Amino acid sequence: MEPWIPFQYIPLIPLVGVVAILLGARVNDNVREAATLITALMTALAVWGFAPAVMEGQRFSVTLLDEVLPGIPLALQLEPLGAMFAILAGSLWVVNSVYSIGYMRGNKEKNQTRFYVFFAVSIAAALGIAFAGNAFTLFLFYECLTLSTYPLVSHKGDEKTIKSARIYLGVLISTSICLFLPAVIWVHSVSDGAFAAGGILSGVLSGPEVGLLLGLFVFGIGKAAVMPVHRWLPAAMVAPTPVSALLHAVAVVKAGVFSITKVVIYLFGVDFLFAQSTVGWMLYIAAFTIIVSSLVAIQQTNLKRMLAYSTIGQLSYVVLAVSVLTPLAEVGATLHMVAHAFGKITLFFAAGAIYVAAKKTELYQLAGIGRRMPWTAAAFTIGAISMIGVPPTGGFVSKWYILAGAFQSDNFVAIATLIVSTGLTATYFLPVVYSMWFGKEIEGPVANHGEAPMAMVIALTTTAALTLLFFFLHGPVKVMEQQVLLGAL
Amino acid sequence: MNMIDHLPALQVIVPLISAPFCILMRNHMLAWAVAVVASGAAFSLAILSMGFVSDGATLTYAMGGWEAPYGIALEIDAFSALLTVIISGASLLALLAGAASARQQLVDEKQPLFFSAWLLALAGLLGITITADAFNIFVFMEISSLASYVIIAAGPHRKALGAVFKYLVMGTIGATFYLIGVGLIYMMTGTLNLEDIALRLNDVSDQRPIFVAAGFITIGLALKAAVFPLHVWMPNAYNYAPHIVSAFIAACATKVSLYVMMRFDFMVFQPNLVGHEFQFSYFFMPLALIAILSGAVVAALSRDLKRLLAWSSVSQIGYIVLGASLTTEAGLTSAIAHMFNHALAKGGGFLIAMGAALYYTTTRFSNLAGLGKEHPWIAAAFVVIGCSLIGVPGTAGFISKWLLVSAALEQGALGVLIISVVVLSSLLAVVYVWKVVELFYFAPRPEGGSSDVMQVRKPEMLLYMLVLGLVAGANIWFGIMPGEPLALAGQAAQALLGGSL
Repeated sequence: MEPWIPFQYIPLIPLVGVVAILLGARVNDNVREAATLITALMTALAVWGFAPAVMEGQRFSVTLLDEVLPGIPLALQLEPLGAMFAILAGSLWVVNSVYSIGYMRGNKEKNQTRFYVFFAVSIAAALGIAFAGNAFTLFLFYECLTLSTYPLVSHKGDEKTIKSARIYLGVLISTSICLFLPAVIWVHSVSDGAFAAGGILSGVLSGPEVGLLLGLFVFGIGKAAVMPVHRWLPAAMVAPTPVSALLHAVAVVKAGVFSITKVVIYLFGVDFLFAQSTVGWMLYIAAFTIIVSSLVAIQQTNLKRMLAYSTIGQLSYVVLAVSVLTPLAEVGATLHMVAHAFGKITLFFAAGAIYVAAKKTELYQLAGIGRRMPWTAAAFTIGAISMIGVPPTGGFVSKWYILAGAFQSDNFVAIATLIVSTGLTATYFLPVVYSMWFGKEIEGPVANHGEAPMAMVIALTTTAALTLLFFFLHGPVKVMEQQVLLGAL
Repeated sequence: MNMIDHLPALQVIVPLISAPFCILMRNHMLAWAVAVVASGAAFSLAILSMGFVSDGATLTYAMGGWEAPYGIALEIDAFSALLTVIISGASLLALLAGAASARQQLVDEKQPLFFSAWLLALAGLLGITITADAFNIFVFMEISSLASYVIIAAGPHRKALGAVFKYLVMGTIGATFYLIGVGLIYMMTGTLNLEDIALRLNDVSDQRPIFVAAGFITIGLALKAAVFPLHVWMPNAYNYAPHIVSAFIAACATKVSLYVMMRFDFMVFQPNLVGHEFQFSYFFMPLALIAILSGAVVAALSRDLKRLLAWSSVSQIGYIVLGASLTTEAGLTSAIAHMFNHALAKGGGFLIAMGAALYYTTTRFSNLAGLGKEHPWIAAAFVVIGCSLIGVPGTAGFISKWLLVSAALEQGALGVLIISVVVLSSLLAVVYVWKVVELFYFAPRPEGGSSDVMQVRKPEMLLYMLVLGLVAGANIWFGIMPGEPLALAGQAAQALLGGSL
């Protein structure tokens, strides 16, 4: 595929889509949905267009505004890590749009135009994060993403939703203002803050300063949901399920771990951090988050909340992998971003399909649902297996690389954490899967239901297939990530 | 001499001369039109002079041909040019947007008087910023104060009288303090021209009257600028003033006093008084920090939009004073840039209040619930302007916050304290802004809420929406391309720290 549009214009595609959606909504719902779909397709095609070039080692960068603040430009760049995140978000947006149409119509939601508009804006912001060329630009789009997802989280507009949305916004904004912003300003005050292979802070900062700055980043980037700044993620589950699926399993949370990865690789530099004595805590925080979130997930009785806590744990896999600071683990971190995205979006799609078809939201209600919704239950099963990390799913591949990376530096904390967490993940997923297939059906609000609308089934089957495919076809991601590290190491 | 050379004088004379014409207009619409034209002319002149000084030049003008230091000199440099743009811009936009609001709140027959007082206030504020003469500043200060007492009290709100009386007493004390200080300086140096004072002060800088003068001048101006804890007159004055006046005064009035204070303290006292820098810093920094937090807390507890915005001003003025109290170039740049950015955000905020009151009579929260459903554009503009008040990246407010935090980082350990206060108050800003956002979008409309809604005329509303859109757009524009105001602020800060003397 050839690039058909300069990469800096890609985030504008969803924004043009916003206009199309608004105009389409004046005609009728079908035109509006078509506008969403076409926009999503165009975005995906545009980012895919750059994949071959980036894999061959080409880099693109552009300065949009020379000086927003003295000496600080608004700069975008396209490098493998960002390209991968953009491809992930862009492609899954297409699948998610198909799903959304089924969900929003099947559920007879109100304010659907507003929903599609802010969805497109959120994707634009996520693409901006993917292409950010310096810390300032990253922060700018990070905040845009926080604000543009707020109307999606608070979509329902009842009292409970507003309260949850308040937690969502409160945690994300306060962490970013209190910690992330000072960190960004700090970086820009001692360097030019531009992301560069190998890092830029080596030799600029030393000793405890490094640990402090890393701490500001890790906890300031609240979207990565490292404990104790994870509270917003379960709160965000009040959103319509497509939002939970694409944003709170892929775009938003991945923007968090992606930002952390980018900061570690391109600002600090892996080698530089590896030599520091004040950054070891990051590993323990990630390990703690993984274990505790799994324990909390076991206690959940609501499907979406369980998935939310599972996401918190899985995100910290990425943080853990990053903080192992060996080449293979960094590859594992990136692979896990993709693998988890496929698996978790499948799980959320299944949860939404079950809600639309059967109006069931609690775990105990799911017993025997596999017989009525075989496609959905099968997809759910594949997603769950991927979360646990069993072949032949994507989750196994990434876990393999993270473990291999941990062995490279004999990091037994990481190894032990992964083993324990695999067990815990199986503990909360397998009983659900078992009861879906073999349990005795429980009478729900909808008596005699079948599968969810076709659009939803297509979407969740696609992502389930991707989860399986990724086991075999993860090569390109690995190549891209290794390029990053070749530059970095 | 061609007309351009008279630019500094015209800046004041145009609104001053236009004021009587307003009274002569029998029709309220004509009076409004005169005020708009005069403000527009003043704004164009301000933009013009900004063009002249943007390369570091200074426009000087000897009033009546009497050369300084014997006569009264007018002087426009980067700092004053920025202020004249803020003042005349605020006046123009408030007038354009406020035609309907003025009709709602003021008796038609009194409108010519009102607009004439408005122009006098405008002339006074502009005069303060462009004159280079200490006593002349006092004269213009009195003109602007007396005129603003009138326009603040002009509204239908009975409580406005009490608020204005408080403002009048406090304002007079402030002005008197300033006059006492200037008198003492005149006694010791025999001159009133600011530059001349700065030169001659050196000989007498160890004399007690000079210390006393510095104290009186600084405190007097702090009172007029509503620096904590001398801010008590301000929230009620803003709250009970007619909406059109709040939008104008809140955007610029206190900043003008801060301007004079910074001029005096940095250009006149700083080079001459030993240890003045530290005194200024130690005196104002704690006050600024308390102001930032307490203002934001009260704003977060308010149940009325205008009250909320007024208390938010207490907090935001704290940011300006805080930047100044760092006494570094970076700090002063952030302070001056925030004058501009805050004028955009707060002027915009009061425009929202004005629009809301047009439809729902008052700005109490109970009345405004669910505004977003009936007037989505006003609510959307509030979201943008609210983000600017918080300092969300991509808005003007973010630029000043970034500059302030960068300036604080230079201070080492003290900087950490400053940064933590700044971020804490940003969080409080999130609270008070989001309270309104939730109110606009999620709260249900009160039953039968707006009974005595005035009839709005289409053209007036169109104008209002245009101005509101313009201001909201400006908040974003100057958050992404802050080049011009930042350059002026940087120049002004350099000049204050001794470049120009």
